[in-house]
Amino acid sequence: MCLAIPMKLIKIEGERGTVEAGGVQRQIGLQMTPDADIGDFLIIHAGFSIQRMEEKEALETLALFEEMERLA
Amino acid sequence: MTLKGEDAVYTAQRLAELINFEAANMPMAFMEVCGTHTMAIARNGIKSLLPECIRLISGPGCPVCVTSNEFLDKAIALAERSDVIICTFGDMIRVPGSRCSLEEQRGLGSDIRIVGSTLDALALADKNRDKDIVFLGIGFETTAPTVAAAIIEAYNKRLDNFSVLCAHKVMPQPMKALSESSLNIDGYILPGHVSAIIGEAPYSFLADDYNKACVISGFEPLDILESILRLVRQVRKGFFFIENQYVRVVKPQGNPTAQELLSQVFEPADAEWRGLGIIADSGLAIRDEYAQFDADKKYQISIAPPIEPPGCRCGEVLTGSITPDLCGLFGTSCTPMHPVGACMVSSEGSCAAHYRYTLRDA
Repeated sequence: MCLAIPMKLIKIEGERGTVEAGGVQRQIGLQMTPDADIGDFLIIHAGFSIQRMEEKEALETLALFEEMERLA
Repeated sequence: MTLKGEDAVYTAQRLAELINFEAANMPMAFMEVCGTHTMAIARNGIKSLLPECIRLISGPGCPVCVTSNEFLDKAIALAERSDVIICTFGDMIRVPGSRCSLEEQRGLGSDIRIVGSTLDALALADKNRDKDIVFLGIGFETTAPTVAAAIIEAYNKRLDNFSVLCAHKVMPQPMKALSESSLNIDGYILPGHVSAIIGEAPYSFLADDYNKACVISGFEPLDILESILRLVRQVRKGFFFIENQYVRVVKPQGNPTAQELLSQVFEPADAEWRGLGIIADSGLAIRDEYAQFDADKKYQISIAPPIEPPGCRCGEVLTGSITPDLCGLFGTSCTPMHPVGACMVSSEGSCAAHYRYTLRDA
């Protein structure tokens, strides 16, 4: 249940943000990462960002998720 | 460590060789505490890459699995009320309570909805002011701040029809109990996303007081192999500390904002764990300031004494005392299609992982 994936922050509205990964957009709560900025990669768990992530590592992780999807 | 394709396979083999070489036939037992790790280990066949001397034991880190029947029975009792809508994460819906599961209760006409986030439950509360929305709060330090944030938002927006039936738990305390048990664990693969919130310090006692090897690990196959190698090295050197393999996500201090959310809304409380019993200060209770959002206090739910399914050995599986196949129900009367115990229901449960991956490969 502690699964979490990196998604890119594309919009901020108060305590809510819109994140995007692989063409999927989602509204999330930003309460745990109040300093997050547009373009940041955030680790998303249960509808909230729990941490910010370096872009290079986030892209590598996303590529791996895509590969796992293909193999599944 | 996020490599692709052939590079990843080569690196995995190389890591496995290093583990084998450095372990040098010394028997070691490591526990992966987190259910997401249990699933990743099973799905990727990690155990088949390890030398025989290394044993991986699954721990109590599947939130659904460790949730007591009493909690489920209370949720079902609340669901029977016509003025209540229950919101739950999907994993909980099929877990058998003493008399029935939430899914079966929904079949009887109760309004029970699966949500992906507390935000969905808040939106539902806003739209249905004539109904009471009760969110089933289960999970560890990763999930609990999302519930804390929702309670604060409900408080600020005066959403009086929102409340939480709270069974949140924290990870370090049961690890203390496990370290004192007869399992002879040499080290822990520490939960990555719990650590993203709490950081490294809450685990220090495991290395300092109990001489356990400790590595905070990511969830990719290479992350886990690298973490096992680091555990082996700590054991071989006899030098124990909290090592962080998952640096791309886990900061040494964790997420202080999330920690503040937790302490603003919750306070430590004793909690019941399936298999481990009641552990002091291992749970999170909603503080009095937010009592109006505490479903337990709001509804004063009374239930009959909980009943455990006869023959089910989930408790022993959860503490790593037995492997799932040693339970008499496993694979016969208890299967993912017809689960008897929580560990077979949850996608992260040890029994489900064992059934899906080990039996198939055997």
